[in-house]
Amino acid sequence: MSKVAHEVARVLSSEPAGAYRHLVLAAPTIAAYAAPGQFVAATVGGPTSGMLLRRSFSIHAADPAVGTVEIVVAAHAAGTTWITQRRPGDEVDLVGPLGRPFPVPVRPGPDGRTSAVLVGGGYGSAPLFWLARVLRAQGTHVEIVLGAASADRLFGVDLASAVADAVAVTTDDGSAGTRGWVSDVLPEVLTRSGASDVYACGPMAMLKAVTDAAAAAGAIAHVAVEEAMACGVGVCMTCVMPVVGADGRTRMVRSCLDGPVFEGSRVRWDAFGDGLCRVPDDAVGAPQVGGH
Amino acid sequence: MADLTASLAGLTLPNPLMTASGCAANGKELHRFFDISRLGAFVTKTVMAAPRSGRGTPRMAETPSGMLNSIGLQGPGIDAFADEDLPWLASVGARVLVSIAGGTPAEFAQVATRLLASPAVTAIAGLEVNISCPNVASRGQVFAIDPHASAQVVAAVREAVPIHLPVFAKLSPDVTDLVTVAAACLGAGADGLTLINTTLGMVIDTDRMRPHLGGITGGLSGPAIRPIAVRAIWQVRSAMFAERLPTAPIIGVGGVASGRDALELAAAGASAIQVGTATFHDPQAPAHVLDELALLLDARGYAAFADVVAAAHPERKHP
Ligand SMILES: Cc1cc2nc3c(=O)[nH]c(=O)nc-3n(C[C@H](O)[C@H](O)[C@H](O)COP(=O)(O)OP(=O)(O)OC[C@H]3O[C@@H](n4cnc5c(N)ncnc54)[C@H](O)[C@@H]3O)c2cc1C
Ligand SMILES: Cc1cc2nc3c(=O)[nH]c(=O)nc-3n(C[C@H](O)[C@H](O)[C@H](O)COP(=O)(O)O)c2cc1C
Ligand code: FES
Repeated sequence: MSKVAHEVARVLSSEPAGAYRHLVLAAPTIAAYAAPGQFVAATVGGPTSGMLLRRSFSIHAADPAVGTVEIVVAAHAAGTTWITQRRPGDEVDLVGPLGRPFPVPVRPGPDGRTSAVLVGGGYGSAPLFWLARVLRAQGTHVEIVLGAASADRLFGVDLASAVADAVAVTTDDGSAGTRGWVSDVLPEVLTRSGASDVYACGPMAMLKAVTDAAAAAGAIAHVAVEEAMACGVGVCMTCVMPVVGADGRTRMVRSCLDGPVFEGSRVRWDAFGDGLCRVPDDAVGAPQVGGH
Repeated sequence: MADLTASLAGLTLPNPLMTASGCAANGKELHRFFDISRLGAFVTKTVMAAPRSGRGTPRMAETPSGMLNSIGLQGPGIDAFADEDLPWLASVGARVLVSIAGGTPAEFAQVATRLLASPAVTAIAGLEVNISCPNVASRGQVFAIDPHASAQVVAAVREAVPIHLPVFAKLSPDVTDLVTVAAACLGAGADGLTLINTTLGMVIDTDRMRPHLGGITGGLSGPAIRPIAVRAIWQVRSAMFAERLPTAPIIGVGGVASGRDALELAAAGASAIQVGTATFHDPQAPAHVLDELALLLDARGYAAFADVVAAAHPERKHP
């Protein structure tokens, strides 16, 4: 388990970004420890709130030099709406950085070059630009694919061109880029770039599609999942999902601690459906017929 | 500074604060935030004989001032617990209250026996018997609703472990007569009681028009249930004053998030206090509650934590 801090962060700025809100927070200890792919967990609603559980947000950027952590927030229900209403000078109680970061660097190809494709769905793109800068600094060729339901739900199209060698955009309604899903354009991007590693963050269905496309192209998918979490720090066991371990056996692992980044090919996508995830029958300790 | 020593069932702990089972995993995760050996005791996630995957997801729903959970007793099994988790807890100097469960009284005893073979057995301060666990013999109904089944479990565990190790039975508030279950457990050899486990609740997803939790119902916890915990502790402690129950220590748990809350459970009759769901809000909650309680006792002029235990009972005020 990597280093983690609990600190009260001051909001330095909060700006609209399409359908989302981009917040810059003063959180020097978290900024010092963070790596791309990790997240922070914030309390919401203030000290008298009845909302007990923390809300998790991917770290969009962290700057240890100035002590800032940035997040991009979609107002989903009451807790996230409260975060989007914070203004400069307000305080947010943060725990982080949490979870395992995206694995870097990528494996060199036969020609010694390294190449990666980064795929973001909606605000899921938030952690990818920082990752792109890290990969580029190591000499990796980086392409970014961004997708969303509509143009206002894309995040960071402007940022992408500054940190990537090529950018592709898709929207379900065609209001920006190619009409369709990221999985429609991904196979071609993978073939053209010869990427060995694909990094993705977004809805579960997209992560599965990215995993399939990566497998078809002979690349490894690293997917950052977003499961409902009560604690974010590994103590409640609510955020589990079935993942195949190095020994080939499936276990219900904590996505806040062993994730949120998993190798896509190890996730038991067959267990997910209709907003539920069941325990695969072959998982370690799965309920036996007639047993407990 | 008030004397925080907590005395219960032959145990002397440096202070009355504990984690609650299932809300602190087995220590490593929280130790990143505070030194868990500061707590009077560390209560581990309920462990059963074999590894268990637990239930599918969603396993939780946030509710007003609380949450529902339906974890399904996920755990590594007693072998891994005894050989890996307990030695780690011992290595950081934690006093450990080990929470155990089984599908039958024999499995409870088997888990307790295996525990004693751990290389870190000296770290064990006592056992907490989680009888809010499905009883195989009654098609999955929990032991805790049946005084007879509860007594069988407690007797089996009491027989399996040496007399110097106290055994606490953790009761469910979801019973018609809590005092009857408490009497059955104390009669079967429990040295003390932990009150309360979660109370059953349910949330429906009105968009999908189906139960929100994969397990359909779940246990409600957090500040929302604190009045139920206070009531349960009060009822059982009152029955002890009335000599309808033998006097035995109570560990209070349910909705504690501050020093004031801990004081409230103590005043109702708790000799030690566990902090559960509040830890999800603040990973340092058990340590913060301890610090707040110490300040509060000083501010109120109490010389010792022992002075506030059951202090709200008229029998204690006018013996
Ligand atoms: C690792 C991770 C990274 C995330 N990154 C971002 C991000 O960068 N930007 C962003 O806007 N959102 C992100 N989310 C999703 C965000 O945490 C949820 O939208 C938010 O928790 C919902 O809170 P609410 O009060 O608005 O909704 P409610 O539905 O009222 O929340 C109730 C409870 O359910 C949990 N919950 C509900 N939906 C989700 C969800 N999708 N994921 C996790 N928990 C959920 C909440 O934590 C809370 O405990 C991330 C989630 C995870 C797990
Ligand atoms: C996620 C979660 C998991 C729990 N797991 C266990 C468990 O394994 N064994 C047990 O005896 N109690 C378990 N409990 C119950 C708590 O130990 C405690 O009795 C209850 O939550 C009330 O206290 P609280 O309001 O402080 O959380 C669990 C509670 C929660 C919220
Ligand atoms: S969110 Fe609590 S264990 Fe992962």
